[in-house]
Amino acid sequence: MAALPPTLRFPAAGARLLQAGLRGWTGLVLLFLYVPVLVLVVYSFNSARLGVVWEGFSGRWYAELLLQAPLQRSAFNSLVVAIATTIISVVLGTLGAWLLHRYRFPGRDLIESLVNLPMVMPEILLGISLLVLFALAGVGLGFTTVIIGHVTFSFPFVLVAVRARLQGLDPALEEAARDLGATPWGAFRRVILPALRPAIFAGGLMAFLLSWDELIVTYFTASAASATLPLKVFGMAKVGLNPVLNALSALFLLVTLVGVAFSAYLRCGARRPPPTFPR
Amino acid sequence: MTPAPVARDPGTRPGALAWLLLAPLLAWLALFVVAPALLLLGCSLGERDEFGQVLWGFSLENYARVLDPIYLRIFLRSLGFAALTTGLCLLIGYPVAYQIARAAPRVRELLLLLVMVPFWTSFLVRTYAWMAILREEGLLNALVTWLQPAWAPLGLLYTPAAVVTGLVYSYLPFLILPVYASVEKLDGALIEAAHDLGAGPWRVFPAVILPLTLPGIAAGVTLVFVPAVAMFAVTDLLGGARVPLIGNVIQNQFLQARDWPFGAALGVALLGLFLVSQLVLRALRPRGALRG
Repeated sequence: MAALPPTLRFPAAGARLLQAGLRGWTGLVLLFLYVPVLVLVVYSFNSARLGVVWEGFSGRWYAELLLQAPLQRSAFNSLVVAIATTIISVVLGTLGAWLLHRYRFPGRDLIESLVNLPMVMPEILLGISLLVLFALAGVGLGFTTVIIGHVTFSFPFVLVAVRARLQGLDPALEEAARDLGATPWGAFRRVILPALRPAIFAGGLMAFLLSWDELIVTYFTASAASATLPLKVFGMAKVGLNPVLNALSALFLLVTLVGVAFSAYLRCGARRPPPTFPR
Repeated sequence: MTPAPVARDPGTRPGALAWLLLAPLLAWLALFVVAPALLLLGCSLGERDEFGQVLWGFSLENYARVLDPIYLRIFLRSLGFAALTTGLCLLIGYPVAYQIARAAPRVRELLLLLVMVPFWTSFLVRTYAWMAILREEGLLNALVTWLQPAWAPLGLLYTPAAVVTGLVYSYLPFLILPVYASVEKLDGALIEAAHDLGAGPWRVFPAVILPLTLPGIAAGVTLVFVPAVAMFAVTDLLGGARVPLIGNVIQNQFLQARDWPFGAALGVALLGLFLVSQLVLRALRPRGALRG
């Protein structure tokens, strides 16, 4: 692919200036991205309630987090919703990707556009349109409605990830399996599915993180009893600052760091080329 | 979508079993994407009774209200905020994406990871962080008090500037990542060739690099602009509902004012804007671009 890095030829002094400028700018932007959240993490250990003044290191806000039953309840709700969303999205997305890749039928392009729609559409539209549907169908808001909303925007991400992997797959693999007597389903299960594993994991992780963090669609589809953690945090933050939220944010950040590290590890796996059939 | 360049097209017509496996996907799309959209359209043509119930019917009254100057101004303000956010993200993010793509492989992995972490961090946490910085007793005002006591305290939170800062902060990684992907695919040989043909750096950038990274720019702009137009959480937290944007109004019609038909009409107008913007972007996308 790109054999040469895209380098503009400037006179020597200009090139150095540009280089220094780009480096400095990148550093500044990274500072802009990190300083606000790091400030939050540092202050989550401040024993003062909300002041800017540092009054000593303390873990009291984390301890207080353990006493907040409604927050814990909503964290549990978020976990239930995210796990259910991930499982349904992985099944729906993987099967969909394979079938759309494998078969040609009328309306296939339309289906692909419909799959892409929830990924790019403003989330508020998905939220209000589902709310109208549930109200008309007489379905009370609860876990089911939240999970339906989450799956609708999550499974396309799994589908796209798996589809990309399928496109890099040698069609001879499946043919060989069929020639050796495998049924279409057997070939899918024993040959295709193992080759897709990194993409399925990556897509599933994405579905989980998207669901865990989602606010807008949940805002319209949850009831008080099925409120997720982001919904609760949004409600608390609207009232104003709260040192317990600082501690919670720091924990969120920790979870994200673990998740990103894990997905970087998976990406290393995904970069292994899919198996090809020796000719 | 480009068809896979496979000599032996593996595509066949689905048999009964394949249709059976396809059924859940089709049902999901029909029930939870197509039906809700149609119902939203239907709802927008109805009316509400005095208890906030939807009376189905066929009237364009709600759309007439959408065109009321009050709401048109809110629509325009939302588009303006989103455009400003997108422009700032592009100005701030493009050089960063370019620099990451040019870095040595090791550094590149590290820089990418550094952009990925905020990308995956809850936007609520990131917005909340700005609340803590911008509020009257916050860090920025403490700094101002220390440097220039006469100015303090600055009213920073609950201003349009706070909203735009929050939006840029939330969406910047969404622009950097796709632009990076297209700069990374850029073939340096094309730039060398342009230089060898006598073009200087100020000519090569707009004539070669910019057009070749347009797909990444288009993807990044969509990923920032579309959610920014309809965002109501960031604007609620940092704008304090003093600068209502279209997302806040729709949310309010559905959950507080309980005028669903009017909220639905605003939603359909937003959907229309979204679809038009997608079509425009698709038309702008260069076809059969240069390949290295």
